[in-house]
Amino acid sequence: MARLIPILLVAAAWEAFARSGAVTPFMLPPLSAVIERIWSDAASGELWVNAKLTLLYRTLPGFLIAAVAGVAAGFAIARNALARWFLDPIVSIGFPMPKIAFLPVIVLWLGFFEASKIAMIVLDAIFPVITATVAGIAAVERELIWSARNMGAREGELMRQVMLPAALPQIMTGLQVALPLSLIVAVVAEMAMGGYGLGAAMLAASRFADSRGVFAGIVEIAIVGLVLVKGMALLRRQLLLWHPETQA
Amino acid sequence: MTPVLRYLPLLILALAWEAAARLGLVSSLALPPLSRVAVAWLDLARDGELTTNGLASLYRASAGLALAIVIGAALGVGMAWWKHFDALVGPLVELFYPMPKSALIPVTVLWLGLGDGSKILLIFLGCMLPVTLGAFNGARGADRMLIWSARSMGAGPLRVLRDVVLPGALPELLNGIRTALALAFVLLVSSELIVAQQGLGYLIGYLGSTGTYDGMFAVVLTVAAAGFLADRAYQALMNRALQWRD
Repeated sequence: MARLIPILLVAAAWEAFARSGAVTPFMLPPLSAVIERIWSDAASGELWVNAKLTLLYRTLPGFLIAAVAGVAAGFAIARNALARWFLDPIVSIGFPMPKIAFLPVIVLWLGFFEASKIAMIVLDAIFPVITATVAGIAAVERELIWSARNMGAREGELMRQVMLPAALPQIMTGLQVALPLSLIVAVVAEMAMGGYGLGAAMLAASRFADSRGVFAGIVEIAIVGLVLVKGMALLRRQLLLWHPETQA
Repeated sequence: MTPVLRYLPLLILALAWEAAARLGLVSSLALPPLSRVAVAWLDLARDGELTTNGLASLYRASAGLALAIVIGAALGVGMAWWKHFDALVGPLVELFYPMPKSALIPVTVLWLGLGDGSKILLIFLGCMLPVTLGAFNGARGADRMLIWSARSMGAGPLRVLRDVVLPGALPELLNGIRTALALAFVLLVSSELIVAQQGLGYLIGYLGSTGTYDGMFAVVLTVAAAGFLADRAYQALMNRALQWRD
């Protein structure tokens, strides 16, 4: 609970600073006014429509596709020479690239609706998953693989029953990077394309110089982000209950 | 593996792109042939569009990043050095770290308008926390024995900070800066795409909205290449800076 105190201090400082007259309410509306705005957005149902679109229709589908495809690609790179030869340079160039620059290209190909936003999220979120998976598999103890082979495990069984669990801590770390990234990209894509969603609502508020709406959007998106990060940490603990890192 | 064989897949992709567009497998509107994109790039470079907008972007990114590195590193080392400071700032860093930084785009515009100021502030705010966290983890992990030895040999707190803690924190700090570098590109391009009158991101959006797709592809590839090269150059620099370690 002691950790809440600095947060409350910031909230109080925000309120006091906004009311002190040092800044106009346009530059920084008081926190109470912003909370009031969030409340009325929630009461009118607008908040839920936007949050549902951003989270359930964009962020999560994009993240899930990136997670599955990224782990699959990671396994392919780690276990198959041809896949490694083809994908390795693409990953090593694609990872550090600012993929967001491709947004207009994706819009040109897939239009303005969900498909382009989800594709953009996948394009961004897949790389941390791939590199984490490859690194995770590379670090699996050889003795584990040899023993499994010795006991007659086939390649498929080896991957599912030995490598996947053994590499899971690192894969989860990759997923923990990918999920907040998915939300960031969803918000940017919504801002750039307009329509509905938390990001789009924020940008619309900014166009109409509605600063309460802008700050309400920040608080809403920050809360969604915090929930996602905490949720992933919880999922990690659940999936790795058997692992020393959880039992420590 | 020789470099040629290693990067052959990229060449294959480039050839497939050219062929698909030339053979009409995809509309050349949706995917202009790579050769035409190259010509468009030369045109953009010749009439100075690329330089003017590139310099505007470079200025914003480097100013924002420089602020983030200086202030972020100071915050992180301060948190590791003074317990009370950590008790105050630590929970805030934890609170703001997972916050999607792109949500700040409209706010910085609200505060500083459409020009350079809002982008610099955005990049500064967005890139600061990874640097802070790197500096904090690095400085916190500083070797106690080294600090004690330095103290016992008569080094004052500032000496210890400069000659023991900072070099020890360097690897993690430099890693944090690498994350910040990648973030700076993302924030720069997204904010320029969304609200700007100048910069490479703006140029991409502008060319796209006028239907000059070969030019748009040329700028997109330029930005992507710049991000990649910046990361590679930074890595090389980082390895040199850390050469003294065993």
